[in-house]
Amino acid sequence: MLAKLVEKILWPAMQDTITIEHPPATACRHAAASGVPTTGAPCSIRHTAKVLLTLTTTHRPATDLGYLLFKHPDRVQEFRQSFGTVTVLYPEATEERCTVAVMLEIDPVRLARSSKGSTHDFSLAQYVNDRSYAASSMLGSAIADVFSTARSGRGDSRQALADSPIPLEIEIPVLPCRGGPEIARRIFTPLGWEVDAEPIPLDERFPDWGPSRYVRLALTGTVRLADALNQLHVLLPVLDEAKHYWQNDDEVDKLLRSGDGWLATHPERELITRRYLARSAPLAHAALERLAELDDSPVGTDHGDEAAGADGHGPRSPLHTLRHQAVVGVLRRLEARSVIDLGCGPGAFLDVLVREPQLTRIAGSDVSTRSLQAAARRLHLETLSERQAERIELFQGALTYEDPRFSGFDAAVLMEVVEHVDPARLPALERVVFGAARPGSVVVTTPNSEYNPNYEGLHGMRHSDHRFEWTRAEFRDWAEHVATEHGYLVELEGVGDVDPERGTPTQMAVFRRA
Amino acid sequence: MPEPTSTQPDAPVRELRVPANGLVLLVGVSGSGKSTFAATHFAPSQVVSSDAYRAIVSGDANDQSATADAFELLHHVVDVRLRRGLLTVVDATNVQSSARASLVKVAKANHVLVDAIVLDVPESVAVERNRARTDREHGAHVVARQRGDLRRSLRSIRKEGVRRVHVLTPEDVAGAVVVPERPWNDRGDLHGPFDVVGDVHGCAAELRTLLEKLGWAIDVDAAGSPVGATHPEGRTAVFVGDLVDRGPDTPGVLRLVMGMVDAGTALCVSGNHEAKLVRALRGAKVQVTHGLAESLAQLDDAGEEFRARALAFMDGLISHYVLDDGRLVVVHAGLKEKYHGRTSARVRAFALYGDTTGETDELGLPVRHPWAREYRGTATVVYGHTPTAEPEWVNNTICLDTGVVFGGHLTALRYPEREIVQVAAVREHYPPVRPLAPTVVEREPSTLAIDDVTGTRWLVTERAGRVKIPEENAAAALEVMSRYAVDPRWLVHLPPTMSPAPTSTTPGYLEHPDRAFAEYAEAGVREVVCEEKHMGSRAIAVVTRDEAVAARRFGVADGSTGAVYTRTGRPFFPGPALVDRVRDAVSPLFDDLDTDWLALDCELLPWSAKAIGLIKDQYASVGAAAHAALPAAATTLAAAAARGLDVSDLTARTSRRAENAEAYRTAYAAHVAPTHGLDGVTLAPFQILAVEGRTLAATESHRWHLEKIATLRDPLVTHTRHRFVDLTDDAQRADAVRWWLDLTAAGGEGMVVKPVEPVARVQPGLKVRGREYLRLVYGPDYTDSLDLLRSRSLGRKKSLALREHALGLEALSRFVAGDPLWSVHQLAFGVLALESDAVDPRL
Repeated sequence: MLAKLVEKILWPAMQDTITIEHPPATACRHAAASGVPTTGAPCSIRHTAKVLLTLTTTHRPATDLGYLLFKHPDRVQEFRQSFGTVTVLYPEATEERCTVAVMLEIDPVRLARSSKGSTHDFSLAQYVNDRSYAASSMLGSAIADVFSTARSGRGDSRQALADSPIPLEIEIPVLPCRGGPEIARRIFTPLGWEVDAEPIPLDERFPDWGPSRYVRLALTGTVRLADALNQLHVLLPVLDEAKHYWQNDDEVDKLLRSGDGWLATHPERELITRRYLARSAPLAHAALERLAELDDSPVGTDHGDEAAGADGHGPRSPLHTLRHQAVVGVLRRLEARSVIDLGCGPGAFLDVLVREPQLTRIAGSDVSTRSLQAAARRLHLETLSERQAERIELFQGALTYEDPRFSGFDAAVLMEVVEHVDPARLPALERVVFGAARPGSVVVTTPNSEYNPNYEGLHGMRHSDHRFEWTRAEFRDWAEHVATEHGYLVELEGVGDVDPERGTPTQMAVFRRA
Repeated sequence: MPEPTSTQPDAPVRELRVPANGLVLLVGVSGSGKSTFAATHFAPSQVVSSDAYRAIVSGDANDQSATADAFELLHHVVDVRLRRGLLTVVDATNVQSSARASLVKVAKANHVLVDAIVLDVPESVAVERNRARTDREHGAHVVARQRGDLRRSLRSIRKEGVRRVHVLTPEDVAGAVVVPERPWNDRGDLHGPFDVVGDVHGCAAELRTLLEKLGWAIDVDAAGSPVGATHPEGRTAVFVGDLVDRGPDTPGVLRLVMGMVDAGTALCVSGNHEAKLVRALRGAKVQVTHGLAESLAQLDDAGEEFRARALAFMDGLISHYVLDDGRLVVVHAGLKEKYHGRTSARVRAFALYGDTTGETDELGLPVRHPWAREYRGTATVVYGHTPTAEPEWVNNTICLDTGVVFGGHLTALRYPEREIVQVAAVREHYPPVRPLAPTVVEREPSTLAIDDVTGTRWLVTERAGRVKIPEENAAAALEVMSRYAVDPRWLVHLPPTMSPAPTSTTPGYLEHPDRAFAEYAEAGVREVVCEEKHMGSRAIAVVTRDEAVAARRFGVADGSTGAVYTRTGRPFFPGPALVDRVRDAVSPLFDDLDTDWLALDCELLPWSAKAIGLIKDQYASVGAAAHAALPAAATTLAAAAARGLDVSDLTARTSRRAENAEAYRTAYAAHVAPTHGLDGVTLAPFQILAVEGRTLAATESHRWHLEKIATLRDPLVTHTRHRFVDLTDDAQRADAVRWWLDLTAAGGEGMVVKPVEPVARVQPGLKVRGREYLRLVYGPDYTDSLDLLRSRSLGRKKSLALREHALGLEALSRFVAGDPLWSVHQLAFGVLALESDAVDPRL
């Protein structure tokens, strides 16, 4: 059943998967994730900063913890990992109370250096980051590795104890936790933990900055040690999420193995599975990232199209489909034979267009070369027959630069595109599309801002890159102005559920050359 | 271009004039000596031979089955060469009219002339030559058939679009001399200076006034009519046509211009009105409209002799001139680049009537395609034909018809000075068909085309020569430019990246002023300026006095008056507030520098105004994690130590990391200051990039820039602390180092060292960042890894800095020179493209 769930969650993600971005230290991560002890690892790491986890039991004799973990309480043991050194030591070891501390020492400077030449990631964030201080997937891997025997449930001389729930306290002083303490509670409470999660302020000197993305996490409960370790192994990266990279099918197996006995019945299993396996939102193209950074902007990620209703409600909003259907309907009505999708993105609508046999020529243009690569994969451009492939062309273009390749189509589609253009540049877009390319028809869709209150929890606009969202009246004014200016006739329609007051979520204008 | 050639100087000379940029067909049967003739009179690269292409596509020059493919390739080569304006000789039999027709078609498509050279040898000679050749199998019957074709050809060839047919007998061949002849319209040998005069339309009085205003001395005849003019500085007048019709004294205008042309002080191209008047004078049936009636009546009065002279003059006018080594084209109605120096009916039609679409507008006037918007040529095109209120440069073209006959102005352009000289009409001589376009308001914006920026391109700069913009960088820049940047008309510059000083070996330091001083001293720089490096966001501010200036000078007519943008061209704050504030703050400079606009290179402060997202997301997060993790680790270690475990190394390392982390937190907090909208924001200008007529960044010293900026007294302006250092003076160097240490100890980012006077091919600046500041770049603990970090390589960064600097300056100077938008934009775009290059972001 868990396998089914994994498949259900993975399937759309895999369909969308275009490239698997490896984190900077690819080689090292593979070694770490494989669970193979990596003594004498190829990456030269000098000990520096600290990541910390402590695990305490008050089972008597508490020092049995040493047997359960196969680590002697009176020794300070070091384990080389690809990304640094793990030190296991016991700050407290008495009959009543025994605490094991796991410390990771990572040097981000070395980490970055070790990947020199093997990465195209030139963002500054790889050099200055929190990996040195914050528990994350690296800590998860470290636990998996250092306590691999304990994690498997083996207890040797203390097998009975290993098989029994014992009182445990786990403390992680700095845990990256997307969603804050609330998510930590949702995830750990159903597993029998009492959760004490406290947000860590971003900078107490600037109180209005609010909390950081970290929490101090303390878990108290009576849990089998192997379960506790497995849970940490899976759930630390789940809480971190930001830097977890979905890599290959092994990850699925690993999740299933580590989740055995607790994940399938967890009320948040879907969230956990999705977060654990989520391919990270595709990192912006390295060059673009670099440009964003020059600008002192946070390095962005490509967002999905729709903010509203995207998180936690399935991978696709049906509004997409409605929009596709509406535009295809218009194209059929117009009897268009050739269509250009301006701003085609990764090709979702092109994929719909290629199924329309009456179209003899289909073009997609986008300013992002990455999107075009995604579109080419989505359309299987390289394996299509010559006859099929000849119908389709993809090319990089920008809607503010006149482009002869935009010309000569029966229809052009601007689906959810105009709102990504600065208002000041709209006249340029109008000239390029309506003035210079002059297709027989132009279909424009854009959000209807009046409808936004219908989206629960939506503040501001539907997408962080939207430069504006128009009311129905604003859209009509614009459409009529463009039509008059460039000799088109225009009709307006709505797409999606009709709200009697606020109209439809999407509005559409169909321009036909007069 | 080959020199005239001759094989046998004793033979009677037969001169063969052929078009220097056209097509020459050699015509003759197999064995008539075409290849020998071609090899004798033309360079090998000028000759395309059917035999050679047969060999290329089949491996055998005689393989007749390869003929079709061979000719396909040959036609393509001919097409490309003619497009590029190269004399091309086709060495094939060309005895069949169909074979010639396809080549003539290629020539026509490229608007060049075709001449034929026929080698007319007796059949017996050809047969004998073929027999003597071992590589040929042509029998006598083949030659006989070709001979028949040739005979028929000689009758028809002149009607096939071939201009001249030179028929050579074997005797003529010996004395033949080939003389390549430039087209008539190619007067690249004339370098002016020129006074180009717009449409006169019979306004004789205004013409005289204009010429006098331009400094011409007018010659008059006994009756007092102007009959010629000379300029004391030897200038040449060039008339763009439409001398005639509508106005009060067409004969007077013609008399003066004819006199000037005859005397060699003027050139004149034909306008559409001359063309029509010629037809009317010849008795053709034309519609007597658009002021033709006036000309006909006036010429009737001027007498038969004058009428005949005027007819001959106008009939002889050609449609355009290419002057000044191809840098200037004068034509009546405009001319796209591929027609420059070309000859065909289509070129002439374009030159006389413009790029007509065939449609007419509501007034019955022909609709014209705005060819100038798409013009990307290097030659300046000066033309007339379309009356406009103000002459305006569009993509290196300018229309000088300012409707003098309709009561507007008569306009001249001084070239190469590019100065406009105008006189007002004495009165409205003719009611305008439509009102002259009002200035600017409905102006057709000069648009950018995708081909202006994409693909691999080489941009020519004065400072760094040709700079390559790789295709993949351009692709990345296109996305940023089109999605995030300000209106490209404001984007007259993007700042270059800056290299750090060479890596320091001073203990504890990665960067140190010593190395910057040493580098400049070595490059021969005597004096440098050390400027405090503000920790803010780089900003380019382009501000105009008002909307009218924005419209006139930048072509932005949406009411905005400037832009303040980041190093990747993004606007800083929405709305006009910041631009308005900057204008107020720098307003004294407008008068001081006698300009209506300014471009300033600045730092916008504080850093947090723009970068708060980044600070919180990255810097503060790392700080928060460290701040919470390290004390917890210390506590744990202390407990372990208390149990007697040996954790002393670990403990020492931990406390050291804790100190580093706190230093790091101090470093970023130093650049955070509360802002609310524009409140709390200041601007630190450190260079005045350009003003009207001057690219100050290229011409003035940093002393000059800092002094000018120091005069600004406005709370918005943060002044840049600086000091000048004579590099030959060790004491001054040491003082500057101390200054830098103080600056950075107080939380400053560091400083920038620049040569005081602009120097080519030397780094325009080197940054020397402070020890603490570098924690933000290299991580809190970088000071413990200096040995490793010192192996950083600066070569690529330095090379980028020089190239981007050259591109940025070139963009400015082109804008200052009034170059078209696309040409400025290419350079700014180039900077952005290079910025996407993968260099170590920590440099």
